[in-house]
Amino acid sequence: MAKVKKHNVLIDMTAMSDVTVLLLTFFMLTSTFLPLEPVRVTAPASILEFKVPEYNVINILVDLQGKVFVSIDRPEVRMKALEKMSDEYGVTLNDRQKKAFLEQPFIGVPMNRLPAFLDLPLREQDEAMRQYGIPSDSTNNQFINWVRTAREIDSEMKITIKADQATPYPLIETVMKNLVKIKANRYSLITVLRGAPEGF
Amino acid sequence: MANIDTGGGKAQKGKPKKITLRVDFTPMVDMNMLLITFFMLVTTLSKPQVMEIAMPSDQKVEEDQAPKVKESKAITLLLGGEDKVYYYPGKLDESAYSDYTVLKETTYSSNTSNEGLRSILLERNENAVNRMRELKLERAEKGNKMPEEEFRERSKDIKGDMNALTVIIKPMSTSNYKNLVDALDEMQICSVGKYAIVDVTDGDRFLVENYKTKGAYGAAHLAPRNQ
Repeated sequence: MAKVKKHNVLIDMTAMSDVTVLLLTFFMLTSTFLPLEPVRVTAPASILEFKVPEYNVINILVDLQGKVFVSIDRPEVRMKALEKMSDEYGVTLNDRQKKAFLEQPFIGVPMNRLPAFLDLPLREQDEAMRQYGIPSDSTNNQFINWVRTAREIDSEMKITIKADQATPYPLIETVMKNLVKIKANRYSLITVLRGAPEGF
Repeated sequence: MANIDTGGGKAQKGKPKKITLRVDFTPMVDMNMLLITFFMLVTTLSKPQVMEIAMPSDQKVEEDQAPKVKESKAITLLLGGEDKVYYYPGKLDESAYSDYTVLKETTYSSNTSNEGLRSILLERNENAVNRMRELKLERAEKGNKMPEEEFRERSKDIKGDMNALTVIIKPMSTSNYKNLVDALDEMQICSVGKYAIVDVTDGDRFLVENYKTKGAYGAAHLAPRNQ
């Protein structure tokens, strides 16, 4: 019997590597990181296909219990808003706390708890934030002050509301009523896409 | 490709031996694939959508400046709990409050064959729906060459027509956020251009309670004054 010659099959992976590097570059350049949200909410579905505004946005997050969290995307606006708010509520922050404030994407604690909250490591902040939320009742409406201050700094800022689909309406209503109070009548509700029905 | 020849020609004495340097790229590919997977998962490729809404201002409007709406072309939706919608057409007289049958119940069903919210709205807004459909067809025939402004302008005309349907949405405290978004979504689907989110009045609450108890509540309680 003739001996079968052993072939050493070597596949050249260089081309493959080229392709993956290209793809990787593409994904790295096009990506924007998902902001870490303190609470997980499921947005309701809608057929509308308008995309979320990307820049200069005040995002209001409402959880199932009606706790309100606010994020302001531009750091310079966020910093100015913090300065104004801490003046208003008589809270003093040191430089380290201010830096920590910029690192945390969401604002979600009452002003008097802010210094202690910012001293926590970033990892523990989410857990702490979940317990509080920004007060938005009529006696102590810090939520609307944050939004108003941000809009005073830049009146072009757009407002988006993201809420869980099972949130009872009265909780959403308080947020909406508050916005109407500061004459922010136009805003967007964040939804997820569902297919439009045929023929409309 | 990934190999380098060092030396060449015949092996000579004193010269280094011919070595073929081959670099194996397989681990590199593995690592890249892992990184790609990571980036694909953490990025927001499919960004969430938004629904633009404009809420009415809380300032009082003068009587003569308030928008006039044809009574026959108005419908009020009361969003109740357990995904139910109650609706009544036009404006209710005070005498009509005692009759529980003025209110009708429906669901958010998108099935156009049964009496869901969509079929009700479509039926009442037939004119605008058909005209919108024609407009979209026209745009499709032109191969999407119709400028966006023209399309927007014309659809605004159709939806803002005097005879187009006006919907008043009143979410009750038992409803949830999804109900509101569903109702607003229905406005888009059924080409309703004129709609508003309005607070529930005592009269509305009375109507729903009366409807649920099939008139028993209305017999025991007095209907509130119409606002």
